[in-house]
Order: sequence, then C-alpha cells, then structure tokens
Amino acid sequence: MRLSVLETKRLAACLGLGLLLAVITGPSGSQDHPSSGIRGSLLDVRVVDFLLFGLVVWALAFGLRRARQTEAVSGPTAQLRQTVRTALDRRGARPTSYLAMLLVAILVPLALAPAAQLSLFLDIGIYALLALGLNVVVGYAGLLDLGYIAFYAIGAYVTAYFTSASALPIHAPFLLNPFFVFPVAVAVAALAGIILGGPTLRLRGDYLAIVTLGFGEIVQILARNSDGVTNGSRGAFGVPGLSMHLGPLEYVFPRTKALPYYYLLLTILVLVMIAFSQLERSRVGRALAAIREDEVAAEASGVPTLRYKLVAFAIGASTSGFAGVLFATKQFFNPETFSLQASILVLTIVIFGGMGSLFGVVLGAVVLQGLAYVLRDPIPFIGFQVADADRFIYFGAVIIIMMVFRPQGLVPSRRRSREIKLSEQGLGHADAITGASEVKP
Amino acid sequence: MAFADQFWQLTVTGLVIGSVYAVIALGYTLVYGVLQLINFAHSEVFMFGAFGGVFATRALLPSGNISATESIGLVLLGLGIGALCGGLAAFALERTAYRPLRRRGAPRLAYLISAIGASLFASNLAGKEFGRDSVNIPKDLFDYNTQVFSVFGARVSKQDLVVFVVALALLLLLDRLVSGTRLGQGIRSVAQDSDTASLMGVNVERIIVMTFVLGGLLAGAGGFLYAMKFNASFTMGFIPGVKAFTAAVLGGIGNVRGAVLGGIVLGLVENYGQFFLGAQNLDVVAFLVLVLILLVRPSGLLGERLGRAA
Repeated sequence: MRLSVLETKRLAACLGLGLLLAVITGPSGSQDHPSSGIRGSLLDVRVVDFLLFGLVVWALAFGLRRARQTEAVSGPTAQLRQTVRTALDRRGARPTSYLAMLLVAILVPLALAPAAQLSLFLDIGIYALLALGLNVVVGYAGLLDLGYIAFYAIGAYVTAYFTSASALPIHAPFLLNPFFVFPVAVAVAALAGIILGGPTLRLRGDYLAIVTLGFGEIVQILARNSDGVTNGSRGAFGVPGLSMHLGPLEYVFPRTKALPYYYLLLTILVLVMIAFSQLERSRVGRALAAIREDEVAAEASGVPTLRYKLVAFAIGASTSGFAGVLFATKQFFNPETFSLQASILVLTIVIFGGMGSLFGVVLGAVVLQGLAYVLRDPIPFIGFQVADADRFIYFGAVIIIMMVFRPQGLVPSRRRSREIKLSEQGLGHADAITGASEVKP
Repeated sequence: MAFADQFWQLTVTGLVIGSVYAVIALGYTLVYGVLQLINFAHSEVFMFGAFGGVFATRALLPSGNISATESIGLVLLGLGIGALCGGLAAFALERTAYRPLRRRGAPRLAYLISAIGASLFASNLAGKEFGRDSVNIPKDLFDYNTQVFSVFGARVSKQDLVVFVVALALLLLLDRLVSGTRLGQGIRSVAQDSDTASLMGVNVERIIVMTFVLGGLLAGAGGFLYAMKFNASFTMGFIPGVKAFTAAVLGGIGNVRGAVLGGIVLGLVENYGQFFLGAQNLDVVAFLVLVLILLVRPSGLLGERLGRAA
C-alpha cells in the first residue's frame, strides 16, 4: 500500500505526538542537566510504547476516514448519541435524569474518605461554581476573562475584612456573620468588574482578555505587597466558619469537616444553575446571543451591546466573588491561592465541559478535577501518576486539543455548537471579540 | 533621595529594559498585523529563547579565564541559539495552536483560548524539563557590573551597554527587513488586506508562518538579553509578555516603529513610576499605563497602521 503525501504527513504528526507524550510523561530534568529529562524519556525502551500508540492513533484515524469515504458514517458514536438523544427526548426523561444525578451528588460523598470529601468541596464544587460564573462571560457573552480569579480573591479578602477582628491587620468597624457578607462581596466584585470592564469593553474584545490578565496579576501583587492591609504573603488566618442563628435554627459549620460545606455548596450550585438557565432565556440572554452571532446587526437592531456585555462581565465577576466568600469561610488563603494558573484552570473547565452549557461546565469540573485528584496517586498496574506541579501541562494540552478537535466541548450547548459551525462557514462570529466599531471595510 | 538625583540612573535603566520590551513587542505587533490576534503564547516563545541561550552559554563556557574574543563569541552564540529556539518554538506554536483553527475558519475567541492553552502547556513543560528554579548566565562570561562610562553621574554597566546595543541593532535590522525586503513587502501586504494579497500571488500561509518565526527569532534573542540582565525561569515570560503587549498597544498595535517607541517609553515610565510607588510595585505601573492608554488613546501614540509599517 502506498501512502499519499498527506497521509505520510499525518503519520509523522501522530508519531511526533507519541514522542511528545513520552517526554511529558517521562522523567523530569533539572537546571544543571536540562536535557536529562528529554533523554531519559526518549532513549529508553518506553519510547517504543509511545511510538506504537502514535501508530495506533494514526491507523484508527486513517481507518475512520476510509470508512467515512465509502459508507458515509457520520462518526463512531453517532449511533450511541442518537440513542441517548431519543431516550432523553422522551417525556419526563430529562427531569428524571437530573434528579438521579442530584441523588448521586448527595449520596456518593457520604461513602468517601475525608480527604476526598474536602477535595470534592474545594477542587470540584468551588471550581464548578467559578466555572458557572465564567461561563456567563465566555459562553454567553463570547468574551475572554483571564483574570477571573481576582474577583474570587476580592470575595475572600472582603470576607476576612468583615467577619474577623484578627484575620487581617484591618477590619470593619462592625463584624458580620459570614452569611451577611455574601451580598457585600457580590456587590464589591461586581463593582470591580464594572470598573474594569467599562473602559475596556468599548474596545475590541481581545483587549479585555489582556487587561483582565494584567488585572489578575496586579491584584495578586498588591495582596502580596500590602502588608498593612492584607497581611502580605502570610495570608488571612482565622476567618470564622459559617454559622446560622435563625431563631430556633442554630447551626455552626465546623471548619474541620467538609461535608456540611459541600451540601451547602451543592444547594447553591443547583440554585445558580436554575438562575443561569433562566438568564439564558431572558432578555439579557437573548441580547447576548444576538451580540455573539452578529454584533453589528444586534447594534443596528437597538441592542445596547456595551451595556449587555458589561452586565455579563459583572455577573461573572460577582459569581466569582460569591465563591470567594464560601472558600474563605472554610480554608486558609494567601495571595498564592489566587494565581494566574487558577484563572486558566477555570477557563479549562469551561472549555472542556462546553461553552454555554451549564450541565457541561459542571461535568467539566467533576471530570477534570476528579481526574487530577485520582492521578495524584499512581494508578494500579499502569503506575501512571501526575505530580501536582505537572498538572498544568495536561490542562494546557486539554485546552489546545478541545479547541482543535471539539471546540463545542464535552456536552455542547446546542445553540453554541450551531453558532461555531455557522461561523466556520463564514456566517456570524460566535464571539464578541470583533466589536461593532471595527468591522473590516 | 530626591527624584532629580535619581533621574539619570532611572533613565538609563529605563532605556535598557525598554529596548528589550521593544524587541518582544515587535512579535506581538507583527502577528497582530497579519492575523489581527493577540498571540498570548508569545511570552513562552520568549522564555524558550532565554533558556536556549542560557543553557548554550553554560554548556560551552570554557573552564578557567576566558579571553575577550571568547566572551564576545559566547554572547553572540547565546543570542543566536536563543533566537533559534524562539523561532522554532514560534513555528511549532503556529503549527499546533493556530493553523488547525485557521484551516477551519474558527471564531476569534477560539484562537485566544488555544493560545492560552499553548502558553500554559509550554511554560509548565519547561518547568518540568529545566527545573523550576531560576537560572543565570555563567558568572565568568564577562564582568557585567564593570562601569563602562557614566552619563550625568548615572552608571552604565557593561551589561547595560551590551543589552541596549544588541537590542538597538535588532530593531534596526527588523525595520530594514520589513520596509526593504520581499518578505517585508509580503508581510505588509497581508497585513493590509490578506484577500487581495492572496489574489496578487502572495502565499498568505507562508507569510503567516514567516511572521510567526520572525517574531519568534526576535523574542528568542530578546529572551537571552533579558536573562542576561535578570535570569531565566519557566514563569519568566508572563510579566515581560504583558509589558511588551502594553508597549505594542502604547505605540499603536500593528505599527512596527510604534512598538519600538512604545517599548522605550514604557521602560522609562515604569522606572520613573517605581520611584514614586516603590520598587515592589514596578509591575503595577505598566498595567496602569495599559489601562490609561486604552482609556485615553486606544489607537496608541503613533496610531494603528496595519501594513504600513514604514
């Protein structure tokens, strides 16, 4: 069998991919032996496995392309997807499946070890909430916010300021129950979002990305350097846990246990998902869809585009601030908690799960963060594990792979994936990056 | 200490670091010119260049005393290898994170996200392979800190002089390249109107790749210069990256000479600014400049001039 030039190139690409994978999963180097990691990965028997893997990937893709050419298969999972879709379209099937998933989310944690419960709250739950908020910005409004974690930081520091006399060098003249801080933090974060978005959103959408990138870094630098306000790199210690005093109902959330926080967070997640699905269908949501699909047409039809983009940005920021309060009442934090990587991790979750899809975004948090948790320890038999420091190599790869092969995400939003498809055919934009003010002549 | 006493020293530092920002900013501005996209992974191209140059000089440094010729040769070699690493990284970046999306005609949001993913991937892979501590160029390469001359009482060290002169040479070279060669003509034509350029027989795909590589070569050399003044580490790209982008916007994005002016102005402003705000807030100044310029004059000092570089 003779291979065409294109097929040969594809084969080379797949083998290259195998080698790259060998380097990523191989031993690490150091500054005194910068090539030792690469040599240890490539000049070893294990490289054969990875080359074979590349070959298998190529062969599968080749076979699939062949099959498609001859019998017009629409995809390997088409049958399965069709079955799932018909099953879900049956009357009452959707609510039942949602209830079943909720039941799983309620019951499964009871059987987990305390460390896993904590990870369920901190790594999955909080990040699912953050991702739901960022989804409003990236998924609904089609904008890119790379300093998203800064609003989370604002929420956390506002909590420390208002609830504790000792967590920070300064505190509010009156101390509040953490529950009353939620509206305050949400307002402060939304205000920060409006101040930041106001001037930038007038310009191209991509400027917002870089300004938020800078903003995220500045918030971290300021938190680190302002010893007299934020306690510098020592962080905030001793924020009280949540507590309820509603007449006969009296409950203090123990900071040492994760489950009570998890269930509270689960309730909040469900409420936020309901609220955002309403938002998507509301006037605001429809305006945002119009802006994504064609900003010029939206503007011409009387949609105040700047205002709606600002609203979306502020909603995202306030969700982040809200999550910050919840986080601060459970966990110690310092400026390092709010790194750029955390912002990009939230973005990874949104992209992986599916931009604009509420269920997808939450599933993205469960799958990605769950995998990261499981892979901390070596997998039995294979022995594969991912060191904490190396996690972000994989997250970065996930982003690129999704963007290249499946931009609509794991569980696509129907409208969003249709927009992406149309945009690729030259109809509409599927984002709000190209502003109405600068359409090419 | 009064500002007047420090003024000239701050100016010298500002010019030196500003010239490095200018070299990196050219990569942003060139790519923005042809694709109208912020290349978020440009900072990682810069980082790979820095590592390439630093490791090359560390590996090739002879033991014992080295002569002046050897020292100059090694610095030039570091620059060359740094540039090469940067160019290769930019080429790989364009192939993996940009070209598949362009083939499909993906929305612009997709490019930004994919570039961010590439940046995260590249910097952490470098952290894994090259260690997570910062690396310096060898101490014996040349006596960096010797004062060469002074301007109005401000010290100009050998290191400052080398960085500034090399950066200036690179900037002049690129300016000639963009305005005077066939490749430059191609880049300018694609930046002005890629559809028409394609009809006129310009190979747009090739020009896009060459633009990335050109920006990568510059960023790689700039990375080595930066590592010479500070150090190299896997997270080093981020801050100079944001600053170089600020410089590109400050000068007017897409405008090659604007990027140079923007870099120098930003270097000066941030050094004067840190005198008033404190050295630990150096990076805050650049961000304030970015927000201010977007508020007041988003088209930059010299105006956006896609394709009319000269």
